[in-house]
Formats: sequence, structure tokens, C-alpha cells
Amino acid sequence: MEPLIEYFYYILQNIINALQRGSFYAVISIGYSMVYGVLMLFNFAHGDIFMVGTYIGFGIATVFLAIFSGLVPPPVIFLATVVVTMFLASWIGVFVEVAGYRPLRQAPRASAAITGLMIGIIFETTILIMLGAKRLSFPPLMETVNYHVGGIYITNVKAMIIIISLLLMLALHAFIQKTKWGMAMRAMSYDFLAVPLMGVSINIIAPLTFAVGAGLASVAGILYGQAYPILDPYMGVLLGWKAFVAAILGGRGSIKGAALAGYLLGFIEIFVATVFPSTLRDFIAYSIILIILSFRPRGFFGMEHSTKLRL
Amino acid sequence: MGIAKKFRQIFSTVPMLGWFLGILTAVLIEYYWGYDYISYYLGLPKIPVLFGALIMLKEPMMIPGALAYDLVVYVIPVLLVAKLSSVFTNPGAAVLEKLPLWLSAVIHLVCFYAILHLWAGINDYRVLVVKLTLVSIILTVSVNVINGYQGEFSCSHPGFMALGAYVSSILTLMLFTNDKIFGTALLPPALGPYLFPVVLVAGGAAAAIGSLAVAIPSFRTRGDYLAIISLAFMFIVKSAIENLNIIGGARGMGGQPDFAPLPVIFFWTLLCIWVIHNFVNSILGKALNTVRDDEAAAESMTVKTRKTKMTAFMFGAFWAGIAGGLFAHVLTYINPGMFSINRLAEILAMVYFGGLNSIVGSIVGAVSINVLGEALRPLELFKWIIIPLILIFVMIFRPYGLISFTEINAKKLLEAKHKRQQGVSP
Repeated sequence: MEPLIEYFYYILQNIINALQRGSFYAVISIGYSMVYGVLMLFNFAHGDIFMVGTYIGFGIATVFLAIFSGLVPPPVIFLATVVVTMFLASWIGVFVEVAGYRPLRQAPRASAAITGLMIGIIFETTILIMLGAKRLSFPPLMETVNYHVGGIYITNVKAMIIIISLLLMLALHAFIQKTKWGMAMRAMSYDFLAVPLMGVSINIIAPLTFAVGAGLASVAGILYGQAYPILDPYMGVLLGWKAFVAAILGGRGSIKGAALAGYLLGFIEIFVATVFPSTLRDFIAYSIILIILSFRPRGFFGMEHSTKLRL
Repeated sequence: MGIAKKFRQIFSTVPMLGWFLGILTAVLIEYYWGYDYISYYLGLPKIPVLFGALIMLKEPMMIPGALAYDLVVYVIPVLLVAKLSSVFTNPGAAVLEKLPLWLSAVIHLVCFYAILHLWAGINDYRVLVVKLTLVSIILTVSVNVINGYQGEFSCSHPGFMALGAYVSSILTLMLFTNDKIFGTALLPPALGPYLFPVVLVAGGAAAAIGSLAVAIPSFRTRGDYLAIISLAFMFIVKSAIENLNIIGGARGMGGQPDFAPLPVIFFWTLLCIWVIHNFVNSILGKALNTVRDDEAAAESMTVKTRKTKMTAFMFGAFWAGIAGGLFAHVLTYINPGMFSINRLAEILAMVYFGGLNSIVGSIVGAVSINVLGEALRPLELFKWIIIPLILIFVMIFRPYGLISFTEINAKKLLEAKHKRQQGVSP
């Protein structure tokens, strides 16, 4: 009986790890999915928006820790860091929309994808020039405490990452479903052409979408910095492209689907690494995605719609 | 504006042959006197490689010298000789005009290649730049078949390139060299350069077969599936190669014999341009354009849309594989990291900078991004801000690229220019 329980704990431990990893993918891929839903464009800069958000979070956290450490309890510092970072990072999203996507409203969609890609490269290079190639490490915003529940180990950081990601997604869901802005976004993704005629300006909704996506990504960045403290300008490329594929897997424009696919990607990555050598992680993850997409091209929750409208 | 107009008026009488003669003079001047006299007296340490761009950016003190060098070696001889020689190059061009167009084009291309060879041969670095630029042209034109003529967004070309590069490298290492991994050469190494085209075609075929993995699932429906599936395919190829330790894994694979000198690459580039030009102007190519513009209408006009798209996609992948094979034999070293997101960004930049649906546009895009990339090398990181900014501006002001949906009329380009003058005079 004993080995069976061990095995059970092993699986449970991996599930928790997968939830943590999936949280990052889920929160980032929601940003891709929202932009796709509203504008029907790929936001190829989103991975780098996540990266810039992480660096902003790094700066804010360092400053706040230097000033307030010891004066106020750590959870308050953490909360303040998250709020300020979200606010600042959402302006990055607005900048990308205004500089890269707004001038190309009438242009073919591929051109907008190219500007997004190029803005991403500019972000990476700017960070490299400003901060040099040295790798910075994110300051821990709270003391790590290890809990030992049954046979599994869980740290408070891990629990916090999972819970905060879920809370963020719930908040986003409420925002999309309950507020007037959310309703405008849903309307825009339902019919891109008719909604502007009803008095909802695309030039307000599109930056809002980018801002919300960027804000979420920056929180994911802070959480990522707590779990893996090494920052590097190319981290957005590594995570971003996978999150992008996850967003498509979930169904284009579907936030629920993007979150689900993000978690699925986390599970695939963690469980592949338990069976196969970890270098095969990408290979198997992308192969599974390719197979799923060949049988279900619209992803989990995507609606079948004609892209002819915007070509 | 006035100067440009006047300039164009003065030089409107110069035919293509005249320009060739002018450039040939400039190259000969550089070849014989460039190092010993001109750069010596101008205080330059050596012959400026890319028109002095590198040295100007590295040492601002050298700017006057480098500019003077450009003026003395290139601008003045080219303009002077081109203008003065138009007296006898025009009759020459008129003679060539009477020949069939293909023969005249071949003669012009041979002249062009001779000049290019001479110019590049002055410096080893130039040879490398020219070779990589030519490979980029093949790649860009092949991507344009899919992203331009077919109107889809393919992200998998680095993957196809990797397939071609690895398959052809394995074949040459196995057949023509004594390699640590693949053992002794199976065929006499002297045969290598002659059988190299076969090896390249094998690499291209591997890429074309690999492209089926993208084409079969993604062409069932229209839309963005191709972008996603091709992106996943690119990562799968890269990751698979990284895990195949027998071909070097992430460390890469080196020691390919140098089967790709400049003439070979030039020949393949011409072949690629010619074949793809014929392809996009064939019935299949026209069908491809109709599929892009309106798939439902094309279907009702008896175009087999799925078959057309698959054929074009495999065709594009084939040429990407050829480009990969040449790339591997130019650098004589490859690793999977070369065929990743960075390469994709570069390829897309070249295609969308140059222009969709145009072979000339692709050539312009490939040459400009490559030469710009090399010329801005001394700026190091700032290069990766300048090139993306240029591309963003091109996208904003010309969303389809610089030269899109047009081709240059070869006949008009090569004709003699004195007739026009006669037409003007009463």
C-alpha cells in the first residue's frame, strides 16, 4: 500500500507544480486572446509587453522595498507593487496599440502583426541597452515558508501564485461580463463592423483591451519573478510564444478557453518532464497542440466565424 | 526635386549596358588602385568594405575619407563612364535588342555576374555578405509565394530551412567527406561539387515533404490556422533537432565541405527566381491569386482551392529547403538555434519590407535588409532598434511593402535608350 500512496503524492505534487506553471501561461495567453477577440489581430508584442511589465515590477518592487521595508507589513508592499505595476504596464499596452496598431487599422492584418513583432524587438533591445546583459534577480516580496501537507511540499509563494492568478481571472471575468466597458468589448468581438456604428469607438476599446492585457501580463511577471527570480530580456520570447499558441488552442477570442489551454500547457510541460528528458518538453507540447488543432481547428471554445470580414 | 529631375534627364540616355560598363570601371579602379593609392592617400586603413559604411560608423573621424573614397572610386567613374560611353553602348544595346529576349537577358546577367564576382572578390567579407544575401533572396522569394501570392501568413520557413540544411548537410557529410559521425566517404569526394545539386534537391524535397505536416491540417479551412500550425511546426522542428544527438543536437553540426562558391549560389538564385516567376505566372499561380482574393468565387470557377494551396505551399517549402542547404554550405556550420524566432523575424522583415506579390520586391527586401544589417553592424545593439523602426514606418506608409503587386518589365529595362531621344526631337 505504501508505494501507491507515495505515487499518489508524487502526482499531487506535480499537479501543484503544473498549476503554478499553467497560471503564468493562462494569464499571459488571456492578453493574446482578448486582442484577438476585439481586433482580430495577433498581438505579437504581447510576450515582450510581459517582459517589460516584469522589469517595471522589478523596479517598483526594489524601490518600495528600499523605502517601506520594516515600516509596513510585506503583504501591503506586495499589494502596492502589484497595483502600481499594473497601472504603469497598462500604459505600455496603450503605447503599443497607439504606435503600432492604430496607424494600421485599414492595412492588411499581416502588416499589423509585423509591426507588433518589430515593437517587441525594440522593447528587448531597449531593455538590453538600458540595463546591460547582466541578469538581474527579482527581490523576494515575501518570506518563503515551506508547508508540508501529507506527502507534498508547498510554499506560500506557490500557493499565492495559483490563488492570485485565479482571482485575477475571476476579476477579469466580472469586468467583461458585468461592466459597460466589458460589454463594449464583447460587442466588438461579436461584430467588428457594426459596433462602431452604435457609438462605441474602436479607438477607445482597442487601447483598453491592450491595457487590460498588459496589466494582467505585468502581474504575471511579478509572480513569475517570485517563482523564478532571474530576469532576462528574452524571457518574453520564451513564454510569450507558448502562451500565444495556447491562446489559439483555447479558441480565438475566448478568455475561458485561453485560461484553460494555458493550464493544459502547464500540465503537459510538467508531466512530460516527469516521464521524458526535459529537453523533449517543447517537442511534445507543440506536437500535442498540433494534433489537437488538426482535429479541432477552432480550439476548445472558439466560435466558427469567417475571417473574411477583416482580410 | 529639380536636381533629381535634371539628373534623370541627363542619364535617361544610358542603357543598362552603359551602367554595367560604368560599374565595371569603378570596380576595376578599386581592384587595381583601391588599396595602394586611393585608400592610402585618403588615410583609410584598408579598402572600405561596404562603401565605407562600417568604417564611418566605427570611427567618425574617417567619414570624410570614406566619403571621398566613395566619390572617387564609385560615384564619379560610374556616372562619367556611363554617360560618355552611351555613344557606343546604345548601339550595342540595340544589337542585343534584336536578339530574343532570353538571350539578351542571359548576356546581361553574365555581365552582371562578372562585375559582382570581381567586386566581391576584392575582400573575403564581401564574398560572405554577397553569398548570404543571395541565399536570403531565394528564401524571401519562396516566402513571398505563400505570404504574398497565396495571401496566408506562414511562420514555418525557418523550419523548412532547417530541414533542408540538415538533410543536405547529412548527405554531403555522409557521401563526400570522412566524418567522425558518418564514417568514411561513400563516394569519391571529387564527385562532390557535381552531385551537390542532387543533394540540395534532396534537402528541398525533405522540406517539401515536411511541409505536408503543416499543409494537411491547416488548409481544410481558411484563416489563421496556418499561422499557428506553422509556428508550432517551426518549434517542433527546432526541438526535434535539438534532441537528435546523432546530428549534433543543440551543439550543432559543422564541417560541411565548401561546395557553395559564389557562382553556384548565383546560379541557384537565378534558377529560383526564374522558376518561381514562371510558377506565379502560370495557370496555377493565377489560380493561387484568385484563391487569395476570393476563395468562394475561385471554387465556383472550378479552381481546386485545396490542391492549389497545398501545391504552392510545398513549392515554397521546397525552395526554402534549397536555401537552407546553401546556407549550411556557406557557413559550413549549423545549429538549431539559427532556425528559430529570430530567423523568422528576419525573414518576415525581408518579405514585408520588400513587398508582397512581387519578385522584384522580394529581391529589394532581401538585399536591403541584409546590406543594412551588415552596414549597421558597428552600432551593435542600436541596429536592432533602427531596422525595426524602419520596418514599422514602411508598414505604416506602405502596408504592402515598398514594391508590391508590380513587376519590372525586363524588355524595357534592357532596351537601348537612343530611340526615345529621336522620338522627342522634331
